[in-house]
Amino acid sequence: MLVELGHYALVLAFALTLVVSVVPLWGALNGDGRLMAVATPVSVTVFFLVLVSFAVLTGAYVASDFSVVNVYENSHSAKPLLFKITGVWGNHEGSMLLWVLILVFFGALVGVFGGNLPDDLRATTLAVQGWISAGFLLFMLATSNPFNRYENPPIEGNDLNPILQDIGLAIHPPLLYVGYVGFSITFSFAVAALILGRTDAAWARWVRPWTLLAWSFLTLGIAMGSYWAYYELGWGGWWFWDPVENASFMPWLAGTALLHSAIVMEKREALKVWTVLLAIFTFSLSLLGAFLVRSGVLTSVHAFATDPSRGVFILGLLCLFIGGSLSLFAWRAPMLKQGGLFAPISREGGLVLNNLFLTAATAAVLVGTLYPLVLDAITGEMISVGEPFFYLTFGPLMVPLLMAVPFGPILAWKRGDLLAASQRLYAAFGLALLMTLFTFWLWGMERVLAPLGVGLAVWVMAGAISEIVTRVKFFEIGPKRGFARLYGLPGSAWGTATAHFGIGVTVLGIVTSSAFQEEQVRTMRPGDTVNVSGYELTFDGSVPRRGPNFVEEVGHFTVREGGAFVAEMEPSKRVYTARQMPTTEAAIHTIGFSQVYVSLGERRNDGAVDVRAYYKPLITLIWIGCVIMALGAAFSMADRRLRVGAPKPAAKRKQSASVPAE
Amino acid sequence: MTRKQRRLTLIGSAGAVLALALGLILFALNDQIVFFQSPSDIASQQIPDGQRIRLGGLVEDGSVERSDDAHVKFRVTDTAHSVAVTYQGILPDLFREGQGVVTEGVLTPDGIFVADSVLAKHDENYMPKEVAEALKGQGHWQGGEGAAN
Repeated sequence: MLVELGHYALVLAFALTLVVSVVPLWGALNGDGRLMAVATPVSVTVFFLVLVSFAVLTGAYVASDFSVVNVYENSHSAKPLLFKITGVWGNHEGSMLLWVLILVFFGALVGVFGGNLPDDLRATTLAVQGWISAGFLLFMLATSNPFNRYENPPIEGNDLNPILQDIGLAIHPPLLYVGYVGFSITFSFAVAALILGRTDAAWARWVRPWTLLAWSFLTLGIAMGSYWAYYELGWGGWWFWDPVENASFMPWLAGTALLHSAIVMEKREALKVWTVLLAIFTFSLSLLGAFLVRSGVLTSVHAFATDPSRGVFILGLLCLFIGGSLSLFAWRAPMLKQGGLFAPISREGGLVLNNLFLTAATAAVLVGTLYPLVLDAITGEMISVGEPFFYLTFGPLMVPLLMAVPFGPILAWKRGDLLAASQRLYAAFGLALLMTLFTFWLWGMERVLAPLGVGLAVWVMAGAISEIVTRVKFFEIGPKRGFARLYGLPGSAWGTATAHFGIGVTVLGIVTSSAFQEEQVRTMRPGDTVNVSGYELTFDGSVPRRGPNFVEEVGHFTVREGGAFVAEMEPSKRVYTARQMPTTEAAIHTIGFSQVYVSLGERRNDGAVDVRAYYKPLITLIWIGCVIMALGAAFSMADRRLRVGAPKPAAKRKQSASVPAE
Repeated sequence: MTRKQRRLTLIGSAGAVLALALGLILFALNDQIVFFQSPSDIASQQIPDGQRIRLGGLVEDGSVERSDDAHVKFRVTDTAHSVAVTYQGILPDLFREGQGVVTEGVLTPDGIFVADSVLAKHDENYMPKEVAEALKGQGHWQGGEGAAN
């Protein structure tokens, strides 16, 4: 009965999104305040209905109600409670429900917190959000209903794919979806601006915080997913340029560009048309990601089991939203007024450069992701585009961008002085040079690119610090007043410096862990020792162990450095009983920012076991850098200037006051 | 600078970056993509020395031989032809005889395929798409709709 209630709530939510898709927009176009006022309460109601639906499905998972097809297929009564709950979004239908829940949640947020937006902008934005919600709710109800039932319920469920039975599933998809779907709001704002034919101050102020919010979650989501793949899959890699990873990375790249162009639009009223277009692109790439993952065109670690009717449906939605918004753009964008002139060497110029490189990089990733699919569809020829393609295209595009990063925030708006900016970066440049030479000295000439990479990372990090030092005039006015000025810096300045520092940290982690890692693959018998980068790993033997829904063979290793005990490590091979599926559980020991990583292969009859051991120097910096970037976005969002709304024009206020209260 | 010059600078730099990106992409597509081949493809055509390919098919029953330092030899077959493969490293969890597999590496002149990566995906029912196509080509794939023979 409860399950039917969840289904009913979903149907009702769909019906209401149809209302919010049409009525407020009609009101906005005809200046009818009562019709526009429909938007907020209906958006909030839709959110609560989908929330009920989500809660019901979660309840069915917790109670192991195997009469629900979705629960039967993806759960098992012996599964730990946490994985019963996270299993809700460990499959296509459930994760789609989470996706839609976040979509309508953002709609409700705009409704509730959009009080200082012009009425017609808020109503139109919510209507556009309503179109997207309606499309995806219909998709769920028509092709992926999580509430389908069995007439004769099975006794035991099929269990969740063991790879997904991990804390990573609790964190990664929700973060990622908040990021992906968060860009729907900037998309809706952009489409609303096109429909209304204007981008006013309130519009400009609203776009950036929403982009920041979505972007920071997407950053954390991607980082979390990468770390999860790193420790769970046992291959020791953290990024595979897999099409599905690219699907989340492309909106991130475009979103990063959007974040920067929104600054220009907010501060200088320039690049409006471009920002609108980027907002459309960013969410379109999110939709493309949803299509790639859920349609079955890809075979990937992450892709869901598939059904062709879904692919066609999502492709339809994709064409409708992307095609529709781009046509609207072509038709209406010329109406948007262009503002602020600027010289090529200026803060705006720097941000344009950032946008150029980021969009070019997005395009490179897009080509690499779609080319095999297109080639297969057209010629039937099967190819794979792997890491080398991305190293060769993405890498060279990132290098000039990273070199330019420290200059951007130091240049003045409108017309900057490159020479003066360079003088402020002498210290950063010196430090980067020093670190490059130091790395050369440490590792010799065998790897020429790696020390340069280290130098680049240090340059970006030191540049971010220089920016703060320059801003507070630390050396001109002395440390005492300098520290006092630190408090006074606006949140956005801290945000910029922190996020830029974070990207430097990530780059450093990427360069050191990939260039200087050491890998040993051995067949080991109890008592054998293998040496990686000065750490001696002794295999002491293996013992069987039993978990709640798996059995495992645990290898025991002792790690020593120069004979002194460092740690014990226990990698294992598991077999999950319900699906008889084997998995590898790597063991990781963190030393400073570096890690020792051990995973097991097949066990031989004579007790020998294949062992893969790595030393990965500074690898944790990759993810720490991402957290720092997200923190930067949070600082920027906390900026007081963003919270203080743009004042409504006086005429507008009078107009809205004259509308009778309901 | 006049408005026109500014615009030209902007368009010029945008053009330069896009040209750079396009050049890199075309170069990489020419050079860095890897073609998928089945054992029958390898038997019927000459593959230039040192060219990276992806070889896919089924792991032939009884062909897996392990030796020290995690060296492993096996044969990949599409039931018409088969190719000997050597690999050093940890095989994926779902690597088994009779299962679909995709390997990437280089074919040596004496006909042995030296793989540096071996993929078997994370689902026991999963058949790599390329392998399914290759087997369909040989008329032996009965999965999916079971329509091939």
